[in-house]
Amino acid sequence: MVSEPRKIRIEIDKKSCKRCGICQGLCPQAVYSLAKDGSPEITNPERCTNCRLCDLRCPDFAITLEVLA
Amino acid sequence: MNRPVGVQFMQGNEACVYAALDAGAKFYGGYPITPSSEIAELSAKFLPQVDGVYLQMEDEIGSIAAIIGASAAGQKSYTATSGPGFSLMQENLGMAVYAEVPLVLINVMRNGPSTGLATRPAQGDVMQARWGTHGDHPIIALSPGSVQECYDLTVRAFNLSEKYRIPVILLGDEVIGHMRESLTIPEADKLEIINRKLPTVPAQGYKPYQTDEDDIPAIPPYGTDYIVHISSSCHDESGYSHSAPQTADKLVQRLHRKIDKNKKDIIQVEWFGPEQADLTIIAYGAISRVAKQAVINAQDKGLSVNLLRLITLWPFADEEVKAALEKAKAILVPELNLGQIVHEVERLNTFGPPVHSLSRIDGEILIPAQIMEKIEEVLK
Amino acid sequence: MALSYKDYLEQSQLPHMWCPGCGDGIILRAYTEALAELNLAPKDVVTVTGIGCWGKADDYLSTQAFHGTHGRALAFATGIKTANPDLTVVTLMGDGDAVTIGGNHFIHAARRNVNLTAIVTNNYNYGMTGGQYSATTPLESKTTTSPNGVAEPGFDVCFLAEAAGANFVARTTVYHAVALKNLIKEGILHPGFSLVEVISPCPTYFGRFNVHPSPVNMMNWLKEKAIPVQKYRELPLEEQHEHFAVGKLVKKDRPDFYTTYRRINGGKKGAEEGDTNGR
Ligand SMILES: Cc1ncc(C[n+]2csc(CCOP(=O)(O)OP(=O)(O)O)c2C)c(N)n1
Ligand code: SF4
Ligand code: SF4
Ligand code: SF4
Ligand SMILES: [Mg+2]
Repeated sequence: MVSEPRKIRIEIDKKSCKRCGICQGLCPQAVYSLAKDGSPEITNPERCTNCRLCDLRCPDFAITLEVLA
Repeated sequence: MNRPVGVQFMQGNEACVYAALDAGAKFYGGYPITPSSEIAELSAKFLPQVDGVYLQMEDEIGSIAAIIGASAAGQKSYTATSGPGFSLMQENLGMAVYAEVPLVLINVMRNGPSTGLATRPAQGDVMQARWGTHGDHPIIALSPGSVQECYDLTVRAFNLSEKYRIPVILLGDEVIGHMRESLTIPEADKLEIINRKLPTVPAQGYKPYQTDEDDIPAIPPYGTDYIVHISSSCHDESGYSHSAPQTADKLVQRLHRKIDKNKKDIIQVEWFGPEQADLTIIAYGAISRVAKQAVINAQDKGLSVNLLRLITLWPFADEEVKAALEKAKAILVPELNLGQIVHEVERLNTFGPPVHSLSRIDGEILIPAQIMEKIEEVLK
Repeated sequence: MALSYKDYLEQSQLPHMWCPGCGDGIILRAYTEALAELNLAPKDVVTVTGIGCWGKADDYLSTQAFHGTHGRALAFATGIKTANPDLTVVTLMGDGDAVTIGGNHFIHAARRNVNLTAIVTNNYNYGMTGGQYSATTPLESKTTTSPNGVAEPGFDVCFLAEAAGANFVARTTVYHAVALKNLIKEGILHPGFSLVEVISPCPTYFGRFNVHPSPVNMMNWLKEKAIPVQKYRELPLEEQHEHFAVGKLVKKDRPDFYTTYRRINGGKKGAEEGDTNGR
């Protein structure tokens, strides 16, 4: 899944994700929501401040944040 | 450090240290214990003089771990211990076999079990040297019978260890360790020194445990361009964990194969006395010296006795012992234990001569007269 | 070219074996991020692991690696580092590895002040073998071998390291992922023995029995328990008992083992400068 807001590109590698919910549960900006099966969805990408808490806290290296020029 | 050369007079333990330094050892990790402590003390004195390190660890578990680490980092490494310390080293001895890290472990055997008689000799660790660590594994153990052999076999222990990437145990005993006698230390350029082989393939895509037909991996020390992954867990050729049944089987089979097919190179024995005799003594370590004297005394009495001295204890000298069993009318195995090597001899005895054991476990050494008495009883 | 954390991961070995929400993956990420920011080549770093869930970390790394026996990582690492002081040596140990079966090596490595870094993942139990209690499990916690609560108090890993003489001692949690990465960097750079204790969730066992099985709740629990060290020291004792201090606890400049050994004993190699790695 890929989302491209103005500045920050968030990518979740669904193959690596183990659906622990940490990204959704701890994002200070409520960028994520959880689908019925527990996998994270990027619902409010424009709110991301690139605090990096989600990618550094993802235990499965599933999140990539990229600051777009 | 002034390297002694030519005829010298010293203790067995001392000779081990000079030999280790001559073999290129740069790292000692150990925990003092009688009757091996002289090896620690001399190593502490000499190693810094050759840019090496003496590291006194907190126990023997840590001691063998430290020398495994130092060896993986490229230094030839050794430790010395005795009974209780040897017991503590067993788990990591197995790791060194499994991960193919060269090292030399000098065990100066003392009376046991447990703390036992700390200052008295024994040969009670022979089976522990073979089977002390868990799981199927090969091992090399050498047994010196003189101060000269303390020197020669320590050099050889390093050479075999480096060549086959396996820990080598120098299984001495209190008598040989503390005995003083003369020996000849060769000129440095007369010594054969073997160093572990290094990879010839490119660093990119290198697999540390990939081997040629010789079944021996070429693993460089940490810090070169090659990435080395060393593991105590079941690993494939990459060194990374791999738990498939075939991987487990393949690894342990190869570990045995690399030793089994080189038994000729590894196994050393010495025959003493007449080529053909009614009784053959099979002995090792301090007791093989006593047995030599017994052979001479027997000859003086007109008895037909010879000696097969086992210099390499493990892998066991099957072929040589079979030859003895085939030729002699009786076999005598004197040991400072209740019978350990004698069972190996019996295992091979499809030839029929009676195999006799002579034991002593009171912390005293067997003397020629006791062996003589047994010879006369057997040949009666 | 700048290195990325991915350059230190062995991609062919991923995904890793850890449970969903296990803190181990977060610490591995922080460790590899730290190596990348320090620009250390994988070939110059030896990662030494023990046995346990966290002890599996070497299998996911592309650095030089040594996966030893349970509890002995620091003893192997002491040999590696002393034999070649140019290497950067980092040991990864669980609470069982570091201060239970390996407690003796832990205090002695700190006392010797061997120039290496220990990243101790404290999940308050033996994750690997099914959630039994360890020497850090808090008094009265329930584990699979203390169904009614453990009757022994747990060690304070940082106190232990400090008392034994470690040069650098820090504690943080996986909740504090950025601080974690920075403390690992600082630990690696600081000469002598460095400890970074990371309080980490084992949602599968310790969490399920004592806190909550949900990874998010475990993360929030860590956040509540952790108090920055300055603030922690001002808390009344009863409150201190309910929390733990995070941040840098000790930073000293005692000379490391190798440097001291060479100063006293001589030896050509490094006799003047000792171990210059990490300075
Ligand atoms: C000598 C020895 N004893 C016991 C074990 C079994 N064992 C493997 S891992 C482990 C505990 C691991 O706990 P910890 O170090 O806290 O790591 P975690 O799994 O929690 O990350 C034990 C007891 C072993 N491998 N070796
Ligand atoms: S933190 Fe990582 S593994 Fe957990 S749900 Fe989010 S993307 Fe998946
Ligand atoms: S970087 Fe911060 S704000 Fe952006 S999605 Fe991740 S946790 Fe939320
Ligand atoms: S058992 Fe606990 S420590 Fe082990 S992987 Fe699972 S959550 Fe992590
Ligand atoms: Mg644990």
